[in-house]
Amino acid sequence: MDILNALVLFANFVIIPGITYGSQLALGALGVTLIFGILRFANFAHGDLMAFGTMFVILATWLLQDLGVSIFPFPTALIALPLGIISAILVSLLLDRSVYRFYRKKKSAPVVFLIASIGIMFLLNGIVRFVIGPDDRRFIDGAKFLVKVTEFKNATGLKEGLAIKLSQGITFFVALAVVISLFIFLQKTRTGKSMRAYSDNSELALLSGIDPEKVVFYAWLIAGTLAAVAGTLYGLDKSFKPFTYFQLLLPIFAAAILGGIGNPLGAIVGAYTVAFSEVTITYAYKKFLRYLVPESWEPNNLVQLLSTDYKFAVSFIILVVVLLVRPTGIFKGRVI
Amino acid sequence: MRINNRTLVVFILIAVGLLSVGFGQSWNVSLSIINLCLVSSVMALGLNVQWGNAGLLNVGVMGFTALGGLAGVLISESPVAEAWSAGGISLGLSLLMLILTIIVVIFIRKFIHNRTLRNILTVITIIAGYFLIRMFFNPAVDTIESIDSAKTGYLGGAGLPIIISWFVGAAFAAGAAWVIGKISLGLRADYFAIATLGISEIIIAILKNEDWLTRGVKNVTGLKRPVPYEIDLQQSTWFIDLSKFLGSNLTEASSIFVKLCYAGLFLLFLTLLIWITQRAVNAPWGRMMRAIRDNEDAASAMGKDVKARHLQTFIFGAAIMGMAGAMLTTLDGQFTPASYAPLRFTFVIWVMVIVGGSGNNLGSVVGAFLIWFIWVEAEPAGLWLVDTLTSGMSDDSSIREHLLRSAPHMRLIIMGFVLLLVLRFSPNGILPEKLRRYSTKVYRE
Repeated sequence: MDILNALVLFANFVIIPGITYGSQLALGALGVTLIFGILRFANFAHGDLMAFGTMFVILATWLLQDLGVSIFPFPTALIALPLGIISAILVSLLLDRSVYRFYRKKKSAPVVFLIASIGIMFLLNGIVRFVIGPDDRRFIDGAKFLVKVTEFKNATGLKEGLAIKLSQGITFFVALAVVISLFIFLQKTRTGKSMRAYSDNSELALLSGIDPEKVVFYAWLIAGTLAAVAGTLYGLDKSFKPFTYFQLLLPIFAAAILGGIGNPLGAIVGAYTVAFSEVTITYAYKKFLRYLVPESWEPNNLVQLLSTDYKFAVSFIILVVVLLVRPTGIFKGRVI
Repeated sequence: MRINNRTLVVFILIAVGLLSVGFGQSWNVSLSIINLCLVSSVMALGLNVQWGNAGLLNVGVMGFTALGGLAGVLISESPVAEAWSAGGISLGLSLLMLILTIIVVIFIRKFIHNRTLRNILTVITIIAGYFLIRMFFNPAVDTIESIDSAKTGYLGGAGLPIIISWFVGAAFAAGAAWVIGKISLGLRADYFAIATLGISEIIIAILKNEDWLTRGVKNVTGLKRPVPYEIDLQQSTWFIDLSKFLGSNLTEASSIFVKLCYAGLFLLFLTLLIWITQRAVNAPWGRMMRAIRDNEDAASAMGKDVKARHLQTFIFGAAIMGMAGAMLTTLDGQFTPASYAPLRFTFVIWVMVIVGGSGNNLGSVVGAFLIWFIWVEAEPAGLWLVDTLTSGMSDDSSIREHLLRSAPHMRLIIMGFVLLLVLRFSPNGILPEKLRRYSTKVYRE
């Protein structure tokens, strides 16, 4: 019984948050990795693109709530999501036309693209703060839980309860659906195949008649979609704050590089690895161990490897270790 | 260093801007802008050494300046004797454990040749060392933080004049740069950028949360100054006479005098640093760095140790940033870890260097003055703009109210535009890097 209690506790505080956070990171990392694969630069503006898309979702959610539209038990934000996606795509395409295309024509070094993306980061960040403000926003409504602690306890008779928030369930299933459709697109459709070919060897792809501008168009289309979805899911699950979205860059990059930058499958594996490392290392194991060890061994401190304030350190250490040990990442991404 | 017309024109324009703030708003405001411009110039100079001269994409400026700020606290605050006697020994022991762990790891890496065994032993040692360190560290921290936590709750500093911290801050940043550089130099440019971004976030997290060292978010305020205090000035006869002679308000005169003292001090150091960096750039060392920047492979084929040179420049630039950080803490008179934000302390500095002209030391100074001026004045300008544009709306209109509240964020949008426009239409910046060519032919890109 104690072992079961310990497992439930672990699932409640590590596995479920880890899966949720991992799914959010995976969507972010897919966007980064895709842009890297096609345009060959690390997009520092991706976090702010996520915030930009989410902002529109929040605004539309407020509007819908005012109008009294609701899809209870689901959060209203889900019907507002398409607007966020469209705005993120439009702004990406606009910025690509006005900023990146010039450097693409000039065949500038990746570093120039990166610095341009810093400019775009300022721009998007400023717009988001201007429109919605720098404060924390919660915009989730609808039902709170899929599984409630008390229900779980009554059903199983265990001392520990398991709670699954609706936002966690939605995150997982939406992310799953998005990832599956992305992979079908990349593997089965003609455009998807041409994108993979271009990412693999752009010269050869050009020779076989693939239109690079079309590939870039689709890359931003997908990146914008992924960013808006990832941002909205993160905001639903936790809360929306422009600065937090900027800070998500680090774990997202860590995930993309860990999986092998430019490799979509790698980005997903990397994202879950980063998420689970963060959660397991910053979880306090005191209560968990109390169920497993005899009373006399009971730990008197929290048994927390690292305080949650240092969760960035986890992504960073993963990043550095990967770069030192296996710079191509788990799934052999590209190294230009 | 030849000063050409363009440089002169730019400096005159900036002077006109600052003077108009002086006449229009107040001299106090104008001087605070100048002081921050000077500090920002030092930061930009440090970044220019790394990016402009060596092409190192350091996106962790914030971390180095924060370490400089930490030096300000650790040097100038008086030591907290009770905290030292209560927790000093166990803290020392945990430090000893840290050193021991590092020595053992180095020993293992050096003398055990079997790769698998070596890696396993390294991991085991690090884990064991971690727990050993924490065994001494946690109680030490708890006792130190519990001593009069409302007022101190930390170890305090060395009680020395704060000017010394400018050099110590440089040393802190240089030390950090050595460690970071050892690990991440040699990575490709964008990986290096991400790694530095990460390390700067970690440094800030440490400064925010290690209360025993920095008081964390409780902040350290009232740092001793290297210049006189307003209140003393207002009571000294010579100053009262001076202000009477100038016919100005005593309070205002004293605060202007203090700011002028700071400005003089900063200007002295900035000039010194420009002189040093300019010497470095024009020396054979500078030529070598540019050669490495422009073609790593060729430079390496000529026998230059690219990685070692990069490390050197990275440390040099970081030391300058550290000094700037200590200067900033001195100017503020307080150390507030929560105020370090990457946009303000890393990316704005980047805009300064790019706009001023990467690779040109004087350009960085120009960029710093210009961008800081825009950054500060964007707020009143934005407010005025919003106010004028929405003046047709009624006073209680919620849209107008919201826009007025968010006007300060316009500065971010302006920064973005400035960076993108300069990068596109004048990628060499206001004062482009001057390359001396010794051949008769002139090569142009």
